[in-house]
Amino acid sequence: MLHIKCPYCGTRSQNEFVYGGDATVKRPQLNKEVSDKEWDTFVYLRKSPRGKHLEFWQHISGCRQWIKVQRDTATHEIFKTLKPNEDI
Amino acid sequence: MQKYSVFSLIKNAFKGHKDWEVAWKDPTPKNEYDVIIIGGGGHGLATAYYLAKEHNITNVAIVEKGWIGGGNVGRNTTILRSNYMHDQNGLFYEKGMDLWRSMSQDLNFNVMYSPRGIINLAHSDAQMNAYSRRGNSMRLNGIDAVLLGREEIKKILPMLDFSDDVRFPIFGGLMQPSGGTARHDAVAWGYARQADSMGVDIIQHCEVTGFDVTNGKIKGIKTSKGNIKAKKIGLCVAGNTSMLAEMLNMTLPIETHLLQACVSEPIKPILDQVVTFGAGHFYCSQSDKGEMVMGGDLDGYNSYAQRGNLPTLQHVLTEGIAMFPFLSKLKMLRTWGGIMDMSMDGSPIIDKTHIEGLYLNCGWCYGGFKATPASGWTFAHTIAQDKVHELNAGYNLNRFNTGHLIDEKGLGTKTWIS
Repeated sequence: MLHIKCPYCGTRSQNEFVYGGDATVKRPQLNKEVSDKEWDTFVYLRKSPRGKHLEFWQHISGCRQWIKVQRDTATHEIFKTLKPNEDI
Repeated sequence: MQKYSVFSLIKNAFKGHKDWEVAWKDPTPKNEYDVIIIGGGGHGLATAYYLAKEHNITNVAIVEKGWIGGGNVGRNTTILRSNYMHDQNGLFYEKGMDLWRSMSQDLNFNVMYSPRGIINLAHSDAQMNAYSRRGNSMRLNGIDAVLLGREEIKKILPMLDFSDDVRFPIFGGLMQPSGGTARHDAVAWGYARQADSMGVDIIQHCEVTGFDVTNGKIKGIKTSKGNIKAKKIGLCVAGNTSMLAEMLNMTLPIETHLLQACVSEPIKPILDQVVTFGAGHFYCSQSDKGEMVMGGDLDGYNSYAQRGNLPTLQHVLTEGIAMFPFLSKLKMLRTWGGIMDMSMDGSPIIDKTHIEGLYLNCGWCYGGFKATPASGWTFAHTIAQDKVHELNAGYNLNRFNTGHLIDEKGLGTKTWIS
């Protein structure tokens, strides 16, 4: 069982959260010409590292806020949790 | 190579089983090979076997960081099927079914191929319509499919919950009678033994630490047992694909996720088929030892840990109990996990890459085991001929860029996030 510290509510069990994927992926800028390659990279390509991974989770059964979590994908250790507009 | 038969068994029994040859050798790596396959799982072993058998390429090494049978080939729920709607998938997996049918004879190793039938349950009229469409598509591709109504399902599987007050009543199901199971360890051992006998070097406990790429051409690999040169290199490393891709400065449409499976204590024979729950993700069969073999959803977050977490197991087994109430009385014998190379459309990738001489085999999601022979067969062709076979032409890496996705479930990207 993962225990995730929501920056708004405190530590809660993983059952209250849903996963939202890699938080380092950047959407191409709005109102600008986007090439197929840029769109392909944004939609499909992922680094999927073994080790530290910055990812989105949503506290769906709690405050419903999106948060960022820095977690080890091999040990599942959680190093840090952040509000979505914060950076490591 | 020593032939396995009832006569060799009797002969060796009289000698106290002391004269059996080793099934495969433990060679030190040569300096150079024609082909190196990275990953000694089912797909890597099958690739080496078909390279030798179909293409006469025997100067081949399989490099495996663990041991033969220790990865996903020994961690799956042993299900074989080709019940796909899209032509690309249906034809590819049906090639696999053909290879499964003759595998025990081909490999002179009993893989305990058991075409016991697979039944996908339907829980609504809409799902029955979808299954009828899928069944028709399968039959057009020469794959057997039977649409079963509620009463027919009741005759085959009387222990399902057919009561009136269930949340997901059973409307019927789609059956592929030729689907079934095979003993996964035997598949790994059988391929390894045959590949070894034809001259393939199986190098275990040898981890790849880097690649030698010069002028866009692959020259060799760096490993924990030294550098090895090769003209061609094939990647068959499932959940570790992204790590090797990083060494090659490639980013792939893949995420590594964790999937769990479990078996109950052994019980008397009750379930003859493989059955899947249609309103969630749960599948179940009974092993020859009597254990109920079960699996379902991914844990749901990126993971390289080959072990799971309890919330997902509880969720999956809740679905199982909704389907087969008797499961609630059983004790759990064993649970385990493996790491899956989840591709972004749910379909695999078997293709050449932008690096000359480097070939990619990945993206098997939760369905790699049944694909073992077809994957090896087509990947061997792709490597030997330096071009894709028509059976794996659709599984190209470029499809994500061009929009030619093979989206069997119709869920779009990240099919595992529901």
